[in-house]
Order: sequence, then structure tokens, then C-alpha cells
Amino acid sequence: MSRLSWIAGAAGLVVLPFYAGSFWLQAGLFAMAAAIGAIGLNVLTGAAGQLSMGHAFFLAVGAYSYVWLASEGLPTALAALAAVTLSGVAGGLCAPLAGRLKGASLGIATLALVFLGQHVLFRAGSVTGGANGRDVPPLEIAGLRFADSPEPPLVLGVPFGGMELLWYLALVLLAASAWFARGVLRSRPGRAFNTLRDHEIAAGALGVPVARHRATAFVLSSMYAGLAGVLLALVFQRTVPEYFGLALALDYLAMIVIGGLGTVAGAVAGAAFVTLLPALLTRFGDALPLVAEPGGDGLSPAEAARVVYGAVFVAVLLFLPGGLHGLAARLSPTHPEERAT
Amino acid sequence: MSGLAEVLVNGLSSGSVYALIALGFVVVYKATEVINFAHPSLLLTGGYLVAELHDDLGFWPAVGAGVAATALLAVLVETLVLRRVRASGHAAVSIITIGVDIVLTVELARRIGTRVLPLGDPWGDRVVRIGDVTVAQARIAAIVVAAAAIAAFLLAFKHTAWGVAMRATAERRETAALMGVRLGRVSAGAWAVAGVFAALAAIFLCAFPTPGLDRATSFAALKALPAAVIGGVDSTTGALVGGLLIGVTEAAVVGYQNDVALLGHGFADVAPYMLMAVVLLWRPAGLFGTREAVRV
Repeated sequence: MSRLSWIAGAAGLVVLPFYAGSFWLQAGLFAMAAAIGAIGLNVLTGAAGQLSMGHAFFLAVGAYSYVWLASEGLPTALAALAAVTLSGVAGGLCAPLAGRLKGASLGIATLALVFLGQHVLFRAGSVTGGANGRDVPPLEIAGLRFADSPEPPLVLGVPFGGMELLWYLALVLLAASAWFARGVLRSRPGRAFNTLRDHEIAAGALGVPVARHRATAFVLSSMYAGLAGVLLALVFQRTVPEYFGLALALDYLAMIVIGGLGTVAGAVAGAAFVTLLPALLTRFGDALPLVAEPGGDGLSPAEAARVVYGAVFVAVLLFLPGGLHGLAARLSPTHPEERAT
Repeated sequence: MSGLAEVLVNGLSSGSVYALIALGFVVVYKATEVINFAHPSLLLTGGYLVAELHDDLGFWPAVGAGVAATALLAVLVETLVLRRVRASGHAAVSIITIGVDIVLTVELARRIGTRVLPLGDPWGDRVVRIGDVTVAQARIAAIVVAAAAIAAFLLAFKHTAWGVAMRATAERRETAALMGVRLGRVSAGAWAVAGVFAALAAIFLCAFPTPGLDRATSFAALKALPAAVIGGVDSTTGALVGGLLIGVTEAAVVGYQNDVALLGHGFADVAPYMLMAVVLLWRPAGLFGTREAVRV
């Protein structure tokens, strides 16, 4: 995409809270949190070629670590940092097992994490609150509380509640995450990841430390997932275990496949597509033929969204190997020869 | 002692059903080197068809129709979707099956809704007593049918022209194709077999003591996935051993859950995956799987 459209898009996101209602703000916040998580998964699965179906587990580690540590009285900003670190540690602990497996077998092994995570979340009630989940303490950085206050400050005549404040926090975090991941993918480690994905033995022969880089990709990706988990918890204001199940793990896989494997922009585009689709269908479902009213006979908006993105998922793999990002690169008149990076 | 015997019989019974499902994964993997993540939705399809049809047709014709329709669906997925992907490696094709599974499962879950559908099987909740041990008839039927289906498959795999073609393909695809094996037919056949096994397994997953088919039934296929991996995903023997291991482990965790209270209630759902993690740490290719040799 050209520089101009990037700037226009970013400016649009910055001014959006002044115009959009809370429904779209919340949907947008979910999309941004998902984008951070998807960038992480795209580093691991897209760039380094290690199929992970367990991303939901690391999201849960991030979300629940934050909730637990912040509720125990740790300053919330510190709790958020610790949650991201703990997710990285969890990823690092999985790396030795993951290093022994490849391809679809690795996917199945990471599936185990989702089931283990669900079990622990439901049973370890003293930490996770069991099936009912726990309230999320709002984040507070240097006296600024990211929550609705009784007298919200007015900025240019718009009351700034929790959603508006979180919006800018998410925007900053997303920009920083995307910038960092782009740097990683375009420099030495990123090249090493790509070599690993393309041919592991050849990578080793070329002097790429295989085990270390596979572990690095795992740790980095789970830290991104942890950050996304913290952000999701802050937006939801309550963590419930069902959310972090198998469906979520598959959602994230769908995001990077639809958006385009191995690229930051692809991950963001895919995350926006997958998370905003249910919101769009809920809002505009009345005007669409197949989508039914709640309790009606057709597909509910959430179901319709899953059917659509399942179909898009298959279609992208069949017809658009580069995903949405590859499509944009192909259509862009300025860089006709640009390859997905 | 009767406690242990009951655990073993129940474990073998659900284990044989898991083996049936795991064999479905293995057959598809051997023919196409694809892990079929759409297997859960095939299983749900089979169960759903039997549940809907048994009132009108009677149980056994409904089973026949359900099994045939599921096999047909599996072949359709193979020819319409998977055969169109050529370029980019087996992992990509495995990922496509996830997309297929999402679409099929949403539609089936919508049709099933929150209902629990009985399958109308003839065994009901009757039990058989052998000494001190009480076993449900449905459990015995599961062992018998699964054993018969598996034996029939293994015989065909060894002795028919289709089985030979399939083994040749698993050995080396290009050479098999040069020798006149039609790869398309082999993989369509493998998917059909997987569909048959999935539908048969669905019947016994929904029989007593389970009240019937609900939208979560397909999770059982995800429990059989570790069975296939434990045995080695390219090994038929492995699928049988893995399935029985998973079944017995699960029954043991349920049967002795008061003694393993530390692990928490409901650990039986996670046990297959934990067993798989341990086996994979020890043998990354599974118990009977062949280690992949790579030519550089």
C-alpha cells in the first residue's frame, strides 16, 4: 500500500473515537487486540513455519496472569508487564517439546495446550475464578485510570470514558507491536525464520542455530499473545474460561491465513476481517437474506460470520496463497513487483 | 477387583471406538499425507443422519444410510476441495481441512441446536453380568462392531488390489503413479473409508451411557487425534494401540478419580493429550510411526 493510504488510515483510527459509538469502539478494540495476537502467531506460523493451534492458551496465560497479579495488589502497569513476561516464559517452556515436532504433528501437540488450559482455567478456581471467571481490575498508568469515571473528562466536547482511553492505549500498543515485528521479520532473525520454514536442514547447514531460533519464535509469539490477552481482558472487563477455547485458537489461525502468512500487514488485515465480520453481520444482518433475527430459523449473525470466514479461509488457500496482503500487493499499481515480506 | 475389571472393559470398549476414529486419520494420512482436521465434522454428520433417519427407516437401515452418506460427503470434500490444492505442501492442505471443519460444524451445530438426539439403537440401557462385572450391552456391541470393521479394513488393506495400491502410494507416491496406480482414486477411497469409520464411531459414542448426540459429540474425534499421534500417524497398528491406550487411560482416570483428586474433576478429558505429550517427548514419531528421512 502506498504511504499516503497508510497515513490516511492511521489518521482515521486516531479521530474515530470522536465520531463512533461504543459498539464500534468495542469492536475496534477487539480487532486491535486480535491484531496484536495475530502478529505474534504470524511470526511463529507464517514466518517460522511452525503450525500452532494453541495460540488461545497463551492469550489465556496473559489475560489471567494480569487479572491475578493485579487483584493480588501488584501495581496494574507492573502486572501487565509481568503477564506478558509470564506468557513468554510459558512459550519458552513449550519450546523443547515443540522443537522435536514438525508440521501438522506440531499443530496437534499445541492443540494439547488448549485443552490443558481449559482444564486449568475451569478447575483452579482460587486463581482463575473457575467457570464464572474474574473481574478485571482497570489499568492505571501514572495516575491515568483506563476506566469509566463518574465525571469523564471532556476532550473537544466528547466525554472520554474507559473505551476512548483504551482505544488510544490499544492504538499505541498495536503500532509498537507492528513496528517491532516488522523489524524482526525484515532483519536477520526474520530471514533465519524463513529459512527454517523453507528447509530446516539446509538452514542448519547454512549456520542458522535451528533449536534456538525455533525457541525464539515461540517465545516472541507467546509474548505477543500475552499482550493481546491483557488488552482483551481490559476491554472485556471480565475474563471467562470458555472464551479461550478451541474456537479462539482456530480463529487466530484463520486470521493469519486469510490475511496472508508471514507478514505483519497480513496479520492485521486478517484480524480485522475475522473480528469485525460478526459485528458487521450483527449490525447489518436485517438487510442480508440468510441472516436471521435472534431465535429465527436462519443463521444467527455469529454463525453466519463463522460460515463466511470458514468459506473465505478455504477460498483463500485455494485461490489466493498470499491472502489479503498478497492480493493488495498484486493490485497495487506502485509496486507491481513487490513480494510479500 | 471387579472395579479394575469394569475399568478395563469400559476402557477397551471406548478404546475400540477411538481406534476406529484414529484409523480414519491414519488412512487419510497414509494416502495423502494430510492430517484431516475435518474428521470431527464427518463424525457429527454420521451421527446426525442416523439420529434424524432412524424414526422413519428403523435403526439398521438408518445406519446404512448414514454411513453411506458420510462416506459420500468425505469423497466430495476430497474431490471438490483438497484435490484443487496442488502447490504448497502438506501442512497447507491440513490447514484447509480446518476451514472445511469450521463450515460443516457450524451448519450441523445449528441444526442440532441445544437438543440431545437419541440414535434409537437397539441396545438401550440393558446390561450384561459376567461374574461380578456389569457391562452395558452397547459397550460390548461397540467392541464387536469396531473389531469387525477394523478387521475387514486390514484384510482389504493386505489382500485387495485397492489395498495394494494404497500401500504402494504410502510407500512412494511418484513411483506408484508411474506403475499405474491412480492416486486420485486411492485418496478418494481413503476418504470414503475415513467417512465410514467416523459414522460408525459416532453411533457408539452416542450409545449408552451417553444420552445421545449433541453438538459437542465431535469433540470425541479430537480425543482420538492423540490416539493416532501416539501410535504414529502413518501406522495402522499404531492407531489400534493408541486408541486402546487412550480408552483405558480415560476409563482409569474416570474410575479412580477419587484417588487422583489432585488433578481435578474432569481430568479425563485432558488425559489423552497429556499421554500424547509424554509419548511425543520420548518418541517424536509416535510408538509405531516411521521416522521421516529427509533428502537434502
